[in-house]
Amino acid sequence: MLIGKPPAIPSSEITPKATYLNRRNFLAGAAIAGAAAVTGVAFHDLADLVAPALTAHANAKIDGLQKSGFSTTEKETPYKDVTNYNNFYEFSTDKYEPAGLAKNFKTRPWTVTIDGLVKKKQVLDVDAIIKMAAPEERIYRHRCVEGWSIVVPWVGFSLSELIKRADPLPKAKFVEFTTLYDPKQMPGQRTSVLKWPYVEGLRMDEAMHPLALLCFGLYGEVLPNQDGAPLRIVLPWKYGFKSAKSIVRIRFTGDQPMNTWQQSAPGEYGFYSNVNPNVDHPRWSQAKERRLGEFLKRPTLMFNGYDQVASLYSGMDLKKNF
Amino acid sequence: MNRLRLTKTIVFLAALVPLGRLVWKALHDGLGANPIEVITHSTGDWTLILVLTTLSITPLRRITRQYWLIGVRRMIGLFVFFYGTLHCLTYIWLDKFFDIHEMLKDVAKRRFITVGFSAFVLLIPLALTSTKGWIRRLGGKNWQRLHRLIYFTGILGVVHYTWLVKADLRKPIEYGIVLAILLLYRVGVWASEKASEKRKQPAMPAPARSRAEVTKA
Repeated sequence: MLIGKPPAIPSSEITPKATYLNRRNFLAGAAIAGAAAVTGVAFHDLADLVAPALTAHANAKIDGLQKSGFSTTEKETPYKDVTNYNNFYEFSTDKYEPAGLAKNFKTRPWTVTIDGLVKKKQVLDVDAIIKMAAPEERIYRHRCVEGWSIVVPWVGFSLSELIKRADPLPKAKFVEFTTLYDPKQMPGQRTSVLKWPYVEGLRMDEAMHPLALLCFGLYGEVLPNQDGAPLRIVLPWKYGFKSAKSIVRIRFTGDQPMNTWQQSAPGEYGFYSNVNPNVDHPRWSQAKERRLGEFLKRPTLMFNGYDQVASLYSGMDLKKNF
Repeated sequence: MNRLRLTKTIVFLAALVPLGRLVWKALHDGLGANPIEVITHSTGDWTLILVLTTLSITPLRRITRQYWLIGVRRMIGLFVFFYGTLHCLTYIWLDKFFDIHEMLKDVAKRRFITVGFSAFVLLIPLALTSTKGWIRRLGGKNWQRLHRLIYFTGILGVVHYTWLVKADLRKPIEYGIVLAILLLYRVGVWASEKASEKRKQPAMPAPARSRAEVTKA
């Protein structure tokens, strides 16, 4: 489709640029282009120097949020950081990329399969799950195994609400969570960086602990895609990777599930992965963390400061069960 | 030598672009949620890229027969030291806040820190002896021998990168492949020189040797 007048001079008569630039200028231009190519990486994201990162709240509000006694009063990490700095390997291993790559991720229709050791296996619509209990705002600390942390006002309710309704059999000792596998939508799954689909797991008593959150929002709005929409779990006393995102299956089992990171590097990531300043990652210290937005590192707290979960692990050697 | 001066100016300015970009981003709120991580990764990346760049000068000048290119190598080498120092400083200052005890523990315990730190330490004598005076004092041959330490900086740098990533090895592998090609090229040149020396030895013993030395760089 052409809009506007055709050019007065036919394109065939336009002198090629290289010809009208004199030779010397052309060579200088070539040299500069060469230098630009050498520093190609530097120019590659020139665009993001000019275009500021996405800051607008884009998603629908969630009404009727109840306050939660579990919330911290610490300063919340800005929305723009929570939604632009994401470890979501299904999209990319670069933390700044999921925000863009997940933009068109389809979160509806979405179902979650409940199976394994339950009275009644069923497939639930995500909107039915979200309506199971009243939504709460829970402001949690969130500590990544890499040594950074954030404070996020999540929206959801205790995972136990769903588990009670799923009615697991007494034999069920563990819960396994599986993330969607859809390489068409999730470009990171076209690489073999991790074994897909992503799997996480909890012991039943951990999953039933009221702190364990079934989450579908943050900052009072529907969960942004890059943060694990439409449905994820949030386990504030464990390293971030335990909090599985974009969940499509919840399976109850008798045996301890094999979680993806443990499978990837069993010497480095265990099943429990509780935040623990006294047990280092084999390659780096876990004693301190950088709270995003702060210059100095702060000491990491046992169970990320959520001491109420300590009784779940009484008598366990947490150095062995890291 | 006009061509060399122009090239040197371009290379000098180009080598400052990564730093300029960081400064620009820092001043314009462009370093994202975790600026210190971005600074650490960027300075580390550029140290490695520049190591590979210096190592590619020799093959490049031989293959293209543009022997004057040797004139920019020392400057690029000094930029390796420059970005390596910045990288090291972000660790000492922004990561460990000059906590010597913590750092010593790290160097001893964390193998990726150990090798990264070694890679940096190996650069120090190279930077110190980068002047014309030192080339003269050491003599060309010894100087060259000393500056082959850069091979080890390259290897340790790639190992450092490989050992620090969580699961995504693609970038360290890319660097590793380029480094392997550049080092294998040298092994190839060395082997073929050895072979031709052997062939020539009975006919013309002395002059052939010194010629080989002159072209070795």
